[in-house]
Amino acid sequence: MLSRVADSLYWMSRYFERADHCARVLEANYNLMLNPSKVSTEERWHRIMQSLGIPATANGIDPQLAMLKLTSDPDDESSIVSCIAESRENAGQVREQISSEMWERLNSLYHQVTQANSRLAADADPLRLVAAVREGSYQFRGVTAATMSHGEGWQFIQLGKYMERSCALPVLLDAYFSTADKADDLDWVGLLASCAAFESYCKVYTADLKPDSMAEFLLLNPEFPYSVRYAVERMSEAIAAISRTSFTHATSRIERIAGRLRASLAYAQIAEIISGGLHRYLDSVIEQCKSLHASIHEVYIDYPIQSALEA
Amino acid sequence: MPAQSVDRPMPAPFSDYEIDAAYDEMFRARGRPRPHYKNLYAQLLNLPSDELYRCKKEADLSFFNQGITFTVYGRAEGTEQIFPHDLLPRIVTSAEWTTIERGLTQRITALNLFLADVYHEGRILKDRVIPGEIIYTCKHFRRQMHGVKVPRDVYVSVAGTDLIRLPDGRFVVLEDNLRVPSGVSYMLTSRKVMKQIFPALFRKCGVRPIEQYSQALFSTLRSLAPEGRCTIVLLTPGIYNSAYFEHAFLARQMGIELVEGRDLVVHDNKVYMRTTSGLQRVDVIYRRVDDDFVDPLAFRADSSLGVAGLFNAYRAGNVVLANALGTGVADDKAIYSYVPKIIRYYLGEDPIVDNVETFLMSDRAQREHVCENLDKYVVKAVGESGGYGMLIGPHSSREQQAEFRDKILADPRNYIAQPTLTLSAAPCFMNGRIEPRHVDLRPYVLFGEKVTIVPGGLTRVALRKGSLVVNSSQGGGSKDTWVLQN
Repeated sequence: MLSRVADSLYWMSRYFERADHCARVLEANYNLMLNPSKVSTEERWHRIMQSLGIPATANGIDPQLAMLKLTSDPDDESSIVSCIAESRENAGQVREQISSEMWERLNSLYHQVTQANSRLAADADPLRLVAAVREGSYQFRGVTAATMSHGEGWQFIQLGKYMERSCALPVLLDAYFSTADKADDLDWVGLLASCAAFESYCKVYTADLKPDSMAEFLLLNPEFPYSVRYAVERMSEAIAAISRTSFTHATSRIERIAGRLRASLAYAQIAEIISGGLHRYLDSVIEQCKSLHASIHEVYIDYPIQSALEA
Repeated sequence: MPAQSVDRPMPAPFSDYEIDAAYDEMFRARGRPRPHYKNLYAQLLNLPSDELYRCKKEADLSFFNQGITFTVYGRAEGTEQIFPHDLLPRIVTSAEWTTIERGLTQRITALNLFLADVYHEGRILKDRVIPGEIIYTCKHFRRQMHGVKVPRDVYVSVAGTDLIRLPDGRFVVLEDNLRVPSGVSYMLTSRKVMKQIFPALFRKCGVRPIEQYSQALFSTLRSLAPEGRCTIVLLTPGIYNSAYFEHAFLARQMGIELVEGRDLVVHDNKVYMRTTSGLQRVDVIYRRVDDDFVDPLAFRADSSLGVAGLFNAYRAGNVVLANALGTGVADDKAIYSYVPKIIRYYLGEDPIVDNVETFLMSDRAQREHVCENLDKYVVKAVGESGGYGMLIGPHSSREQQAEFRDKILADPRNYIAQPTLTLSAAPCFMNGRIEPRHVDLRPYVLFGEKVTIVPGGLTRVALRKGSLVVNSSQGGGSKDTWVLQN
């Protein structure tokens, strides 16, 4: 597969996951913010921004405006509209590599959100857009799994999706757990809903919302799709599959980083992590993901020609 | 007057349909459809009026969702529009097609022999059939190609020839596109959409298939590959090119890599592409990048679309380019006027499909005649395409004529003139009514081991009433072309 194509598939998938994540976080929190709470609206918005990894802006956030900005401001690179546009732009670069059904689905989602963008007026409109993105994302994922051959290109899509998730979840967790002392039950429901995790969590731990249990579930659960461990494991599977299909030999560094991260999540205990500092642990997960991303880029995408000719 | 050509009243939705001097593809006379259009005619009379609207909407949506759009520059919002598509098929009989097919096969065979000759011995010039000057002054002549051996001596492996139909019903060639002709993806996708919308009509009419085009193109390219090697790629200028949709479409249909210049590297006169498994050797490049841009070392140095060193690899015979470089010398509009002579010279045959009468402005007598009668002629710049650089005499102002007269006198070699031709008209669905619009026909000709022409082509439509300009950049659209079984 062409390096440029692999890169575009990877970023198509990462941006799509980013839009999806942003939609889920906004939907979950916007609902909860309709309830009064001891935490001020401003602080809650601040946390939403933080949980999406967006640097907080000046004081005096107007929730309605902030919501509009995060959903549909094309000039804001973190907005859902921008992420969908980037995802489509990358897909457009490699249209011959993805199935027609994938392109049609992504393209029509793009038109849906950009057209909605010019008409958002009523209070409930951003929520409708967010719901449309969530719906569209399930369809896109389904169509991707069903219509595209599960070869190397598909593995790069998986890699992008789970890389993005492995980076985004620690940021989200950190935002909530760094303000854990002020949080009430509704805030915790917001965290779980941001990961579509409420029902799955309750099945394991019942509706007893203990911060430690939630941290354990969202960080270390091996079966739940929006846990860090699950995302990292799928990511390393994609890495292994790619290295099997490729003839490049320089993959040992990638496999070492991925293996170490995977093992750390598989064998860690939540009590240990918390006593060592949850923030530090989450930070180190993000750092390892970043260096994994850099090594993948160096080996598969942007390698020096001379070394490739010698091999 | 024979009974069949007597006018009859035109029923709805044809009430506003006018037949004038142009050849009408559907009607012999008012209310008298030609036999091969009878099925379509009957269907249109029976359809409730809303139904055509519904079909039109369905077709447009299908084009939109498939992303068959082109970009309208200079507007931030809604920059993507679908390629205008007309709902009603243009129908060609089997007999008409046979003539077209024979004519185009003859033409591409002769033009390839001409190119091989021009870039080697130049017999046709020594024999004074064509003045050498006209070759060497051609903007698309590539002296770098002199003496370069190309596989099978095939220079043009993909051509898109523009035909028009004169008022007497004959098809003639208006233009040979021998460089990087485009539009074939519209032909293929429009057929797919039409099948969804008019399945019954397809069953009734017996329309010959065109879906095998991609396989035929692939076989053509493979027939140019060296023995035992065949990694074929399609080289595109990238996603901002207006034909990018087509490049991606064809690459996917053929199962080959779609590469950009930055994906390719040349080392030791061999071409490689960058893959996740390292560098992989490339044997045939179906290039959709113009000559000028393929290699910044050999041609335009400011090109960022090409591959440095590609021309040397090509000259060394380590990679095949399709089409070959320098084919533009054969579709130059001045050299076009010599094509009948070219056919006679190499094949000893008369042209099966004629040319349009063409005046060379480099010839003094012809120039003087045209300059005195500019209001009757269409003047074209020889190296331009897409309907640019044209004067349409009867529709032009005195100022425009004076401006063109100056241009012609300043650079006669750069201009030709043709009589104003009335293109044939075909029925189109325009805002709820069916009206005639002028059309041309671009079949796609493939030449490798043998000549292959899929039965059909792109029928381009001048959507503005009375307009004769069918180019998509100037308000043209397209419609599906049906060649009937018998």
